[in-house]
Amino acid sequence: MSSTTNYILGVYDDEDEVLHAVSEVKSKGIKIEDVFTPFPIHGLDRAVGHERTRLPIAAFLFGVLGLTCALSLISYTMVFDWPMIIGGKDFFALPNWIPVSFEGTVLFTAFGLVTTFCISNNLYPGNQPDLLDLRITDDKFVMAINVDKNKKVSADDIKKALKDSGAIEVNVK
Amino acid sequence: MAGHSHFSPANVEEHFEFTSEGKKRVIYAFIAGVVALVLGIYLLSKGEAGGHEVANAGHDAVKAGHEAASEHLSGGAVSHQPAAEEHYDWTNRIWANVWLNAVFFTGIAVIGMFFVSLQYLTKSGWSSVMKRVPEAFPKFLYITLPILLAVFFFKGDAIFHWMHHGVTEVGSENYDKIIAGKAGYLNKTFFIVRLVGFFALWIGLWTVLRKKSLEEDLIGGTDLFTQLVRISTAFIVVFGASSSMFAWDWVMSIDTHWFSTMFGWYMFSSWHVTGLAVITLTILLLKDKGYMAYVNENHLHDLGKLMFAFSIFWTYVWFEQFLLIYYANMPEEIIYFLERWEGHNKIYKTSEILMVFLNFFFPFLVLMTRDAKRTRIFLKIAAFFIIVGHYIDFYQMIMPGVLGGHAGYGLVEFGMVTIFASAFIYIITDELTKASLIAKNHPFLPEAVHHDI
Repeated sequence: MSSTTNYILGVYDDEDEVLHAVSEVKSKGIKIEDVFTPFPIHGLDRAVGHERTRLPIAAFLFGVLGLTCALSLISYTMVFDWPMIIGGKDFFALPNWIPVSFEGTVLFTAFGLVTTFCISNNLYPGNQPDLLDLRITDDKFVMAINVDKNKKVSADDIKKALKDSGAIEVNVK
Repeated sequence: MAGHSHFSPANVEEHFEFTSEGKKRVIYAFIAGVVALVLGIYLLSKGEAGGHEVANAGHDAVKAGHEAASEHLSGGAVSHQPAAEEHYDWTNRIWANVWLNAVFFTGIAVIGMFFVSLQYLTKSGWSSVMKRVPEAFPKFLYITLPILLAVFFFKGDAIFHWMHHGVTEVGSENYDKIIAGKAGYLNKTFFIVRLVGFFALWIGLWTVLRKKSLEEDLIGGTDLFTQLVRISTAFIVVFGASSSMFAWDWVMSIDTHWFSTMFGWYMFSSWHVTGLAVITLTILLLKDKGYMAYVNENHLHDLGKLMFAFSIFWTYVWFEQFLLIYYANMPEEIIYFLERWEGHNKIYKTSEILMVFLNFFFPFLVLMTRDAKRTRIFLKIAAFFIIVGHYIDFYQMIMPGVLGGHAGYGLVEFGMVTIFASAFIYIITDELTKASLIAKNHPFLPEAVHHDI
């Protein structure tokens, strides 16, 4: 989170309360940036209105890449560079190649997906996580509201809305 | 999605009604099947395959089930080959069809029991809202058992090479050393013992499970659940052995010389995915009639995932079996695939390609996305074609060994599958009326009603 952004944080101490607070705050026309919780809460993604992840698209592209690489490698080595007769089959014996192509697809998809996930979430060795509130790793639930994205609602109204929805404290960061 | 917050088991009991109109429709389909079969047999006896008459066959029967298999293939139907081989009996085609459908529908029926058992064994919650549907399926075992026995007793030698006269007698002109070597396992008595014994266990365990399950509706509590878990565990053990053995007995032993160590898995996977498709289709049709409103798109999503996953599992097993044999290229093994690809004037080649398309590529592409698995029409289409595809799969397993070049898709096939499908629909629908569609005292029911993925 860059320091130039202004956040108003509502801190809650109960998962049910935060789940209900999300719809309450949203009903006042306030856009919620994100909700941080120590553990997954069922239905929270949907309540906040997060868009579905685009990771499946990445998975498909990595899969296609893996399949292409595997087939290119096999066909280059087995057909063009050093043709070998194995079991009396054609050089271009597709059934023989299916297991390796499959493995190549899975390997590229798995590694590519984990890497994409880590990059898109800023997860890499040595990264110091920039937590909005340290207590979200323990027992508190924090709703973050980006002030710059809520021009229509004044900061005071946002704070009031958070308070009304059951926040035990409201902070600005 | 969150509409079930005030869920109370007392008000969920739901009774399905098998209307007289519905009964009539199924009976009409059955009659259409009988007519098609009789006409097909008549044409067969005249030396016609009846392959091209399919298009005219009764359209009111289309609702019943798997007829599309015949319709689709009518274009590629193969006409009767002039009998080049010695003493081929045209009635064999009828018996092969009875056997094919009996095996196929036995599978669907027993997978109902397998599905319920698996849910109990893994103590799964999500499926408890729909368990009454698969729970009704094994009723059809009462129909297929006598059919299997009758075909085996009266026409076994038309289907099984190892039952031919004299194949195990030294000195007989039919003596076959390889089959004689297998006679310790493949003999009439032991075959019957396995068939009747395992069927008795299947039906027995199902009867107990069904009884306890209905008792649970009345008295509730968790004691019955614990007992049901034990019954299910016992069934899974029995089924683990019996599904493999029946695959060897009923299907693999048709090509007596040939064997594959993957065959038990192969047939099980085919049965399983067909069973899942039938379960899904039944639930969707019940939902269309306004029943089972508590089965929401989350449960359907799970069923879709199961169909998707087990279609791929079937492909894996089928391809694994093929690849090893193809790679090793040993004459005694490769003959199985040569027969289905190039042999018998290539009459099986179209179905083989169509089968792999319907059983792998089609469900793979149709059911891949999350939205498709949550949309009823996609699930319906996928389930229907999975059933058709696996009917063809069983056709490919059985026909080349029994009929060789005399097989085809014609009125006999169409009629027989219509008869079996409508009988299955009738028996299962009737069984569904005998209990509440929701097991209202299932301990995991609240969890299932709130299922959300």
